[in-house]
Amino acid sequence: MKFDFPDQRGHFGPYGGIFVAETLIPPIQELTEAYHRYMTDPGFMAELDADLQHYVGRPSPVYHAERWSRELGGAQIFLKREDLNHTGAHKINNTIGQALLAKRLGKPRVIAETGAGQHGVATATVAARMGLECVVYMGAKDIQRQALNVYRMKLLGATVVAVEAGSMTLKDALNEALRDWVTNVDNTFYIIGTVAGPHPYPVMVRDFQAVIGREARQQMLDMTGQLPDVLVACIGGGSNAIGLFHPFLEDSSVKILGVEAAGEGIETGRHSAALCAGKPGVLHGNRTYLLSDDDGEIIETHSISAGLDYPGVGPEHAWLKDIGRAEYVTVTDEEALGGFHALTRLEGIIPALESSHALAYAMKLAPKMSRDQTILINLSGRGDKDMHTVANLEGISF
Amino acid sequence: MNRIDQTFTQLGESGRKALIPFITAGDPTLAFTVETMHVLVEAGADVIELGVPFSDPMADGPVIQRASERALANKVNLRQVIDFVRQFRNTNQQTPVVLMGYLNPIECMGYEQFVSAAKDAGVDGVLTVDMPPEEAEDLSKRLQDADIACIFLLAPNSNSERVRKVSEIGRGYLYYVSLKGVTGASHLDLEEVERKIGQIRENTSLPIVVGFGVKDPETAASIGRVADGVVVGSALISRIESSLELTEPEIRQQITVLLASMREALDN
Repeated sequence: MKFDFPDQRGHFGPYGGIFVAETLIPPIQELTEAYHRYMTDPGFMAELDADLQHYVGRPSPVYHAERWSRELGGAQIFLKREDLNHTGAHKINNTIGQALLAKRLGKPRVIAETGAGQHGVATATVAARMGLECVVYMGAKDIQRQALNVYRMKLLGATVVAVEAGSMTLKDALNEALRDWVTNVDNTFYIIGTVAGPHPYPVMVRDFQAVIGREARQQMLDMTGQLPDVLVACIGGGSNAIGLFHPFLEDSSVKILGVEAAGEGIETGRHSAALCAGKPGVLHGNRTYLLSDDDGEIIETHSISAGLDYPGVGPEHAWLKDIGRAEYVTVTDEEALGGFHALTRLEGIIPALESSHALAYAMKLAPKMSRDQTILINLSGRGDKDMHTVANLEGISF
Repeated sequence: MNRIDQTFTQLGESGRKALIPFITAGDPTLAFTVETMHVLVEAGADVIELGVPFSDPMADGPVIQRASERALANKVNLRQVIDFVRQFRNTNQQTPVVLMGYLNPIECMGYEQFVSAAKDAGVDGVLTVDMPPEEAEDLSKRLQDADIACIFLLAPNSNSERVRKVSEIGRGYLYYVSLKGVTGASHLDLEEVERKIGQIRENTSLPIVVGFGVKDPETAASIGRVADGVVVGSALISRIESSLELTEPEIRQQITVLLASMREALDN
C-alpha cells in the first residue's frame, strides 16, 4: 500500500482538515505555501540539515539494550536515543524547522503551547538562538508539576503565560495560543508542537520529525542487517510516534504499535487514551479521535506524564488506526513507572515518563517474542524533568 | 422564505438596521434563557444569536468563556439549546434565531439528527465558528435543504477572493468580525471597518453584520451607518455577569436598558 496522505487540503481519510475561525485562514494559507515551497528548496533543507547535525546533535544513536533484553528473556530491544538531542527530547527536530520557516516568513514573534514543557523549552531554545520574541502558553496545573522546565524557558528569555481556564492543562494552553495567534496574526508564527492542529501542521510536523524514522531505519539495517519486527512509541499528540513510524509505513513486515496513557486505568475514566477509548470529533483545527462526553464537550484527561495529558491525537494516527496499519494500546501510570525504573536500573538511562509508556509496553511484549526478533522503541526524551514527579511519589521532596 | 431573509428584506424596505443580541444559552441559569429571548425582542432585537456553550471556546474572549463555563455547569447541551428555541417559538413565530457555537457538539449529535431537530424546533440559522467553507460542504448542504441558513464569518484579513468564496456558500448574512482577535476585544477601528465593509459589499449580495467589540450605543450607531446590522455579545454578557447577585427580572432589566439604548442609537 502507498502512504501518500494527506490530500491537498490536509485530509487523512475523514480526519485532519482545517477547522479554524476565518481570521486564521490567511495565515494558514501563507504557511501552507511556505511549507510546500521550502520543503523542496535545497537551500532551506541544507540549513535545516546543518542545524540538526551541529546544533541538535543528529543523528541520534540507536542503542541495543542488551542487558534489559536478556532480563526480559525475549526479543532484542533497541532504543532510538532522541533523549540525547539538545534540550533532551525529540521536540527540537520540529521547532528548528518551524523557526526557520518563521524567519523565512519574516515573523519576529513565535508562540507555542506546552504540556510537559519540552516543546516550550525547544521553542524557547530556537527563539533565543534566532533572536525571536517567544511566548509560551502552559496550563497552570502543568506549570506546577513541571517547574524546572518553566524556569528553563524563562532563562532562555521566553515569557511563560499560565493558563487558568478549563482543566488548566495542555488543551487549554492550545486554546489560549490560538487566541493569541488570531489576535497577533500579522507578526506571529505559531509553532505547534505536535502532529495535530489545522493543516498543514500535522503533515509539516510529521515531515520535520520523520528524520527519526529515516535514521533509525538505516541504523537498524546497519546494525542487524534487517528491519525491526516491531516499532513502539508513546502517543500524546503523537509527534515522536509518527516521526518514527512514517518512514516504515510501507514496510509491511514491520508491526507498528502506539502506546497511549491509560492513567489510573481506562475503566476509571482518568486517562488520556483518545484512540483507544475516544470517538471522532473536531477540536483544535482538525477532525480526529477525541475524549469527549456524550454532548461533545471535551473531558478532562489524566496521565502521570504531562506530555501525554491531551484529549486528542494527531489525525494521521486516527487514520492509521482505522485502516489497521498501526495498532494502539495503553499502559497505566503504574506500568509506566515500572518501565521508568527498569531502564534506569538496568541500562543506566533515565527516561522521560512519556517514553516510559513505550518502554512499559515493550516489557510486556518482549518476553512473548523470540530472541532473534527485534523491537525498536523511540526513547523520545530523558527523565531529568520528571525527577520531581517521581520523587514526590516516593515521598521525597527536594 | 427563511425568517432571516424576511427580516432583512423588511429592514431594508424600512431603512432600518438589524440589532442582533448574543446570549449564551443556559447562562446564568436554565430558566433564564427563553424568557430573556422574549425580553430581547421587546427591547428591539431583530435576530437573536443563541450561543451553544462549548468546553473549548477557542475564538472567544474571557467574558464569553466564563458564560460558557457557567452554562456548562448547569449541564446545558445542544439538545437543550434546541429545546429553548422550541419553547421560544411557542409564542414567537417572527424573530429569527441563530445558533452560534463550535462544531464538536454538532459532530457528536450527528449532522442529520442535528439538522432535523433544529428544523423542528424553528431554528433559522447556524453559525459554526470553527467550520470554514472548506469543511462545510456536508453540513451546509443539509442545512440548506432544511431552509436553515448556514452563516459564515469574514475577517479583516479576508481578501476579495475569499469574500466571494464565503458569500457563495453562505446564507442569511455574512458576519464580519470587526477585528483580529477574540470576542469582546476592545480595539475596534471604525474607519477600517467602514473601508472593509465597502470591499465586502462589492463582492456579495448578502446582508453584512458586524460583531466582536461592539460595546456601546455610539459604536453601534457608527457601524449601523455602514453595515446592515450589529451583533452585541460580550457587552450584554458582561451586564449579566456583573448582575449575578440580582434576581433574574433585575438582570433582564439591566440588559433591556443596554439593548434599548443601542436600538435607539441605531435608529437615529
